[in-house]
Amino acid sequence: MSIPRKLWRIHGGLHLPGHKAESMQQPITDAPVPPELILPLQQHIGNVATPIVNVGDRVLKNQIIARAEGYVSVPIHASSSGTVIAIEPRVIPHPSHLTDTCIVIATDGKDEATPVAAVLSDYRQMDPAELRNRIRDAGIVGLGGAGFPAFIKLNPGPQLKIHTLILNGAECEPYITCDAMLMQEQPRAILDGLRIMQHALHAQRCIIGIEDNKPAALQALQAALHTDEHTLIEIVAVPTLYPAGGEKQLIKTLTGLEVPSHQLPASVGVICHNVATAYSIAQAISHQQPLIERIVTVAGPAIPKACNYRVRLGTPMKYLIEHTGASPSLPARLIMGGPMMGFAINDLQTPVIKTTNCLLALTSQELPKTQFELPCIRCGECARACPAQLLPQQLFWHAHAKDFDKIQDFNLFDCIECGCCSYVCPSHIPLVQYYRFAKTEIWAKEREKSKSDIARQRHEFHLQRLERKKREDEERKRKKKEMLDKVTQTDSAADAKKAAIAAALQRAQAKKATQASPQNVEHLSEQQRQQIDEIDKRRANPSTVASQPGKDNES
Amino acid sequence: MSTFISSPHTLFTNNVTRIMLLVVAALIPGIAAHIYFFGIGIVINSIICIVTALLCEAGMLKLRDRPLWPFLTDGSAIVTALLIAIGLPSLFPMWLAIIATAFAIIIAKHLYGGLGNNPFNPAMVGYVLLLIAFPKDMTLWLAPHAAGPAVDFVSTLQFNILGQLPVIAHFDAITMATPLDTVKTELGTGLTVSQIVTNHPHLADAMFGKGWDIINLLFLLGGIGLLYKRVITWRIPVSMLITIAIFASIAYASNNTLHASPLFHLLGGATMLGAFFIATDPVTASTTPRGQLIYGCGIGIFTYLIRNYGSYPDGVAFAVLLMNLAAPTIDYYTRPRVFGHHPGTSS
Repeated sequence: MSIPRKLWRIHGGLHLPGHKAESMQQPITDAPVPPELILPLQQHIGNVATPIVNVGDRVLKNQIIARAEGYVSVPIHASSSGTVIAIEPRVIPHPSHLTDTCIVIATDGKDEATPVAAVLSDYRQMDPAELRNRIRDAGIVGLGGAGFPAFIKLNPGPQLKIHTLILNGAECEPYITCDAMLMQEQPRAILDGLRIMQHALHAQRCIIGIEDNKPAALQALQAALHTDEHTLIEIVAVPTLYPAGGEKQLIKTLTGLEVPSHQLPASVGVICHNVATAYSIAQAISHQQPLIERIVTVAGPAIPKACNYRVRLGTPMKYLIEHTGASPSLPARLIMGGPMMGFAINDLQTPVIKTTNCLLALTSQELPKTQFELPCIRCGECARACPAQLLPQQLFWHAHAKDFDKIQDFNLFDCIECGCCSYVCPSHIPLVQYYRFAKTEIWAKEREKSKSDIARQRHEFHLQRLERKKREDEERKRKKKEMLDKVTQTDSAADAKKAAIAAALQRAQAKKATQASPQNVEHLSEQQRQQIDEIDKRRANPSTVASQPGKDNES
Repeated sequence: MSTFISSPHTLFTNNVTRIMLLVVAALIPGIAAHIYFFGIGIVINSIICIVTALLCEAGMLKLRDRPLWPFLTDGSAIVTALLIAIGLPSLFPMWLAIIATAFAIIIAKHLYGGLGNNPFNPAMVGYVLLLIAFPKDMTLWLAPHAAGPAVDFVSTLQFNILGQLPVIAHFDAITMATPLDTVKTELGTGLTVSQIVTNHPHLADAMFGKGWDIINLLFLLGGIGLLYKRVITWRIPVSMLITIAIFASIAYASNNTLHASPLFHLLGGATMLGAFFIATDPVTASTTPRGQLIYGCGIGIFTYLIRNYGSYPDGVAFAVLLMNLAAPTIDYYTRPRVFGHHPGTSS
C-alpha cells in the first residue's frame, strides 16, 4: 500500500445527489445487436472519416468502413456483420439535433468478425509509435467526454516530458456509473491499458483518481494491482465533489498542478485519460479488438430498471431504451451524458456513438416547472460554486449586454460549462446557455473576421494586380510612345530646317527690299556710287552667311 | 430559450423568494425585542411600509410592462419595507413612512432598472431621505420599556395614522434621544463619558444603552442564522464589525473620557442590523471575496467617522450608500485569480 497522497482542494464545486446506486444493482449486461446500426462519420473533434464501403457491400464485424482523414481522426469499424444499406444524413447525437452523414448497416445476426491477424501482442516489445498507430487503427477516442483521438494524447511531442499519467475514474456526474462498473468488473484490463499508455509515454508514475463514493471500484483496482506495480501505480480516492472529474480539476486535486489557461495538461508534464479508454486500449493491443462497443449507463426516473449495458456503437437509442423495458416513447427529457453537462436528444433514432456514456431519461418531475428567469441579484452563489474561479455574474452581465470584448476580459474561455453556476442560481438564469451563446458568437465573429481578412487580402491582391497591370500598360504605352516620338522627332527636325531656311530667305529678301531703294543717291558722284556698291557687296556677304542653317537660330 | 434546452438539466435548488423570506425570518427576533422595548409602533410602521412597497412595486411593474406575479412574490420589496420600518421611531407619522418607502421603491429601485439593477440600497435611500428632510421626527424615539411609560397600541395607532398625540402627558415625557444621540450631543457640550452616564442613568447598563444592546444582540443572532443558512457570507459583516471595533478600541484606549467603549458602538444604533441585513444586500454590495472585505471595512470606517465626527448620531445608512458608490470599482479591482492563470507551482 502506498502512503495516502496529499490532495489539493479545487475551488467551488457542488455536492450533488449521486443517484449512482440505482444503476449499479446489476452487472454490465450485453445489449443485443440491433437490426440496424447507424454509424456517424464524425463522432469526435477533428476530421471526418472517409467511407471506404459502398451501399450494398457486405461488411464484417471489426471491419474498417471509414478511414481516418488527416491527423486528428480515427477510423470507424463495423460493429457487427451485415450489409451497408445507406450512406446518408441521419440525426446524430449533437446539441444541435442536426443530421450528418452516417453509414447505415442492416445487421445479419451472424455477428461474423474479420479474422484476427496473428500479430505481436506484447506491448513491451513495441515502440511508442507502433503502439500509437495500433491505437489509432483501433478507432479509439477518449471515452470520458469530448472523444479526442486517444493516440494523439499519447504523443505529446519530443519537447514535452510527461512525468505523470493520470487515469480519470472520478465519474463525478450524477447517475453515470459506466466507469465505476467497468472498474469493478475489469480492473486488470484497465491496469493493462494503463501500463500500455505508461510504456508509450515513458511516464514515471501513474495515478488513478476515483471519487470516494465508489469503494468497490477502488477495492477492485487495488486488488488487481500486481505486487511490482505498487511503486508505479497509485490508486487514489478523491473527495466526491462535482466536477472533481473535470480533467484540469482532477489534475489539480491529485498533483496540485494547475494546467495554465488555454494549454493542455502535457504542458505541465501530465497526461490524463479516462479509465474506459485504458480498457479499450488494452483490448486493442492485447486482443486486436477495435472499438466497436462501449459501456452505456441507461438510467433516470423514466427508466424502470437502470443498468449498464455493453452496447454496439451505432445502436439506435430507441432500441436500447426499449430493451431496458422502458416505454418506447420519448421521455420528458432524454439526455446523452449526465444531468449537469449532457445535452438533450429529441429523436429516439439517434445512435449511440463512441462518446455516449449515459442515456438519462428524466420525467417532468425532475425538470423545472417554469422557465421564468428573474434578474441577477448578484448574490455571488455562482462565483462560490465556480470551479474555474470565474465571476459568472459578471460574465452573465456582459453576455447579456453582448459585450464580447469585456466578457473575454473576464476569461469566458476558461469556463468549462460544468453547470454549477446555473444549478445554484436563485434567479434561475440559464447561465451556461448565456456563456455558450457568447462563445459561439465570438467564434462566429472570429470566423467572420478571418473570412473577411482573407477576402480583404484577396481584394488587396486584386488591387495590386490591377495596379501592376496598369503600371505595365503604362510602361508599354510609354515605350510605344517613345518609339513613335523618335520617328516624329526626325521628321520635325527636317521641317525645322526648311522653316529656318524659309525664314532666313524671307529676312534676306526683306533686307534686300530695304536696301533696294537707297535714298538721296541721285546727286552722288561716280566714286561715291562705287563706294556704296562695295559696301553693299560687303553687306551682302554676311547675309549669305546668315542664311545658313544653324547660325540663323542665333540671330 | 424554449426550443433549445441547455444543461444543466436539474431542478433549481434555490430561489430569490426563499432568500428574501429567510432574511425576513432572521429579522423577527430583533423586531420582537424592538416591540418589547419600544412598543407596538414598529409593527404598525412595518405594515404601512410593506403595503406601500407592494403597491409601488405593482404600479412600477405595470408602468414598466413587467410581469407582476414573479416580481411581487420575490420578497425583495418586503425586505426593503421592513428595513425602513425597523429604523423608524415607534411614534412616527404614517405619511413620512409612506414617502420614504415610495421613494425607495419608485426612485431608488425601479427607476434604476428594478430588482438586481439598483446601484444603491433602496431601503437606505428611503431612510436617508427621512434623515435629511425630516430629522426631528427621526429622533423622537420612545423611552425604552424599562426607562419610561409604555405607549399602548391604540395611542400609537392614533398618533401614527391620525397624528393625534397620546393622552399621556406631554410628548417629551415619553420620548428620549437614542443612546448614540445622547452621547454624541453631551460629548459635544464638553462632558466626559462618565458624566454623561451620571446624567443619564438609563445608559448605565455597561454603557450599551438599555434595550438597544438586546435588540442588537438579537439582530446578531438573526445574522448568524443567515450565515448558517448560507444566505449571506461572513466577509462583509465580519470585516465591518472588526473595523468598527478596531476604531472604537483605539479611540477608547487613547482617551476613555471622550470616547464611548467599543461595545457601545458594536451593540448600539444600527450596527448589527447594518452588518448582517443592510450591508449584505447582494445587489448593491461588492461580490468578490476580497472586495467584500474592503466593502465591509469601508462601511465600518464611515459608520465610525460619521458617528463621531458627523452631524448625525448614527452613520450606518450613509456609510452603506457611500460604499454602494464604490462597489463596482472595488469589484473591478478585486477579481479573483482564474483557474490556470499564474498557476501555482506546488507539487
